[in-house]
Amino acid sequence: MTSTVNAAALALGDDALVLSHRLGEWAGHAPVLEEEVALANIALDLLGQARVLLSMVGDEDELAYLREERAFRNVQLVEQPNGDFAHTIARQLYFSTYQRLLYGRLAATGDGDFAGLAAKAVKEVAYHQDHAEQWTLRLGDGTAESHERMRRACAALWRFTGELFQPVEGLDVDWRELEADWLASVTAVLERATITVPDGPRTGAWSAGAGRQGLHTESFGRMLAEMQHLHRSHPGATW
Amino acid sequence: MTAVTAETQEANEAYEAAFDAAVAADERIEPRDWMPEAYRATLVRQIAQHAHSEIIGMQPEANWITRAPSLRRKAILMAKVQDEAGHGLYLYSAAETLGTGRDELLDKLHTGRQKYSSIFNYPTLTWADVGAIGWLVDGAAITNQVPLCRCSYGPYARAMVRICKEESFHQRQGYESLLALSRGTPEQHAMAQDAVNRWWWPSLMMFGPPDDESAHSAQSMAWKIKRHSNDELRQRFVDICVPQAETLGLTLPDPDLRWNEERGHYDFGPIDWTEFWEVLKGNGPCNEQRITQRRRAHEEGAWVREAAAAYAAKHGEATA
Repeated sequence: MTSTVNAAALALGDDALVLSHRLGEWAGHAPVLEEEVALANIALDLLGQARVLLSMVGDEDELAYLREERAFRNVQLVEQPNGDFAHTIARQLYFSTYQRLLYGRLAATGDGDFAGLAAKAVKEVAYHQDHAEQWTLRLGDGTAESHERMRRACAALWRFTGELFQPVEGLDVDWRELEADWLASVTAVLERATITVPDGPRTGAWSAGAGRQGLHTESFGRMLAEMQHLHRSHPGATW
Repeated sequence: MTAVTAETQEANEAYEAAFDAAVAADERIEPRDWMPEAYRATLVRQIAQHAHSEIIGMQPEANWITRAPSLRRKAILMAKVQDEAGHGLYLYSAAETLGTGRDELLDKLHTGRQKYSSIFNYPTLTWADVGAIGWLVDGAAITNQVPLCRCSYGPYARAMVRICKEESFHQRQGYESLLALSRGTPEQHAMAQDAVNRWWWPSLMMFGPPDDESAHSAQSMAWKIKRHSNDELRQRFVDICVPQAETLGLTLPDPDLRWNEERGHYDFGPIDWTEFWEVLKGNGPCNEQRITQRRRAHEEGAWVREAAAAYAAKHGEATA
C-alpha cells in the first residue's frame, strides 16, 4: 500500500469514524423512536466504513484510540458537536451529499484502491442523503420554529463546507466538478425546504483544509478524550 | 330486563364462550376478535411496560457507546441499543392493535402512571456492566420472554418471536464480552467480577415477586398470557447461570448457592425484597435520572415532531 493511498484511507476513515461517534451520542436522546433507529443505523454504516478504511492503513484500534488529536485527518465538519436536531441534520445533509458524490466517483473508477469499498458504501450513503434531505424539507418547511432552527443550523455549518473539496492526495477525482455538483445538489434541497442558501464564506479564517492537516476545533479534543479514555487506561489489553 | 339488554347479554355470553374456547384450544386471539375488557387492559399494561423497558433500557447501555474500548465492541453495542429501539417500536405497535396509541402510553410513562422494568434503575459504572447486562439482564429477559412467543394474543406473540431472536444475540455478546474480560488482565477480570456481583441479585428480581405475592399472575396464567410462574422462571434462570459462571471463571455472589440433588435444581439464598420494593417505588439509584432523560428527550423533540406533522399537513401526507 503506497503512502498516498494510506493518507487517503486515513482521511476518509477518520471522517467516517468521527461522524459515527457524534451520531452515536444521540442514542437515548432522539426526538422520536424512529430516529433512534435511523441515526444508529447511519452511525453503524459509517463505523463499518471506518473499520475497513483504517484497516487498510494499520490496526484499526491503534489508529482510533492511540492517535493524538493532531494526527486525525478528518474534516472539521464531522467533528462539530451535535447541537439540536437541526444542526445534526444540516451536518448530515452537507456531509452525506459530499460522501455520495465522492464514493459514486470512486466506485466508477472500477479498479482503484477504493472502488470496492465505495461501491458498497455508496448504497448506504444514498440512504443517509435521502434521510437528511427528507428531514431538511420537513424542518425547513414545517413550523416557524423549525424553519428558524434549520436556517440557523445551515448557516452555522456553512463555513465548514469548503474544506470538503480540498484535494485529498491519492484520490483521483475532479474536485472542482465534485464541488459544483455538491453545490447544485445542496442548493436544490435548501430551496425546496424554503431555506435561503447561506451567503457567508465556505471556509473559516484558517486556510481551508485545516482538518485534513490535523488542525481541529476545540470540542474535538474532548470528544477524543471520552472516546479514548478506557482503551488508553488498559495498555495492551484485548477486549 | 328489556328484551334488547337480554339479547346483548346473551350475545356477550356467546362471545365470552368463544373466547374461552379459543384460549383453551391454544388458538390465538387477534385484534378484531372479541375479548374481555380486563384481558385487553392486562395486555395493554404488560405490553406497554415491556415497550417502556426497551426504551428506558437503552440508557444504561448507551452510557458506554462513546467509551467502548474497541471499534468491534462499539459496533456491537450500537447495534444492540438500536435493536432495543426497534423492539420498542414493535411493542408500541402491538399495543396499538388493542386500541391504545404510542403517544398515550409515552405520556403515562413520562408521568409515572406506567412502569418499566426496575432493573434499569441501576447504574452502569464500568465497561464490564455492559457485558453483565447482556449475560444476566438479557438472559433473564429471554427466560421470561420465550414463553411469551406462545402468548394467547397473536400480535404480542409474533412480536416476541422476533424480539427473542435478537435478545439471544444480545445475551451471547454479553457473555462473550465478559469472557474476554475474565480471561484478560487482572484489572479486567476484577472489573468483570465486580459487575457480576452488582447485577446478579437485581437480575433475579426481574422475575417479579414470589408467586404468593404476585398481584397479576393467576389471572394471566388462566388467560395464557403468562405460561410459567415467577418462581419457576427464576429457578430456571439460576440453573442456567451457575454452570455458565463456572465457564466464565467468575463467581456468583451467593454463599447459599449449591446443587440440590433431591430437587434437581440449584438452591439459592434469600432475595432482598425490601430493595426490590424500594426501587419499584422510585427509590433506586437511577429512577429520577432515567425518567428525566426520557422526558427531556421527548420535550426537546417536540418541535421536530410538530415540524413533521406541519409538513405532512401542508403536503397532503398521512401523518405518522
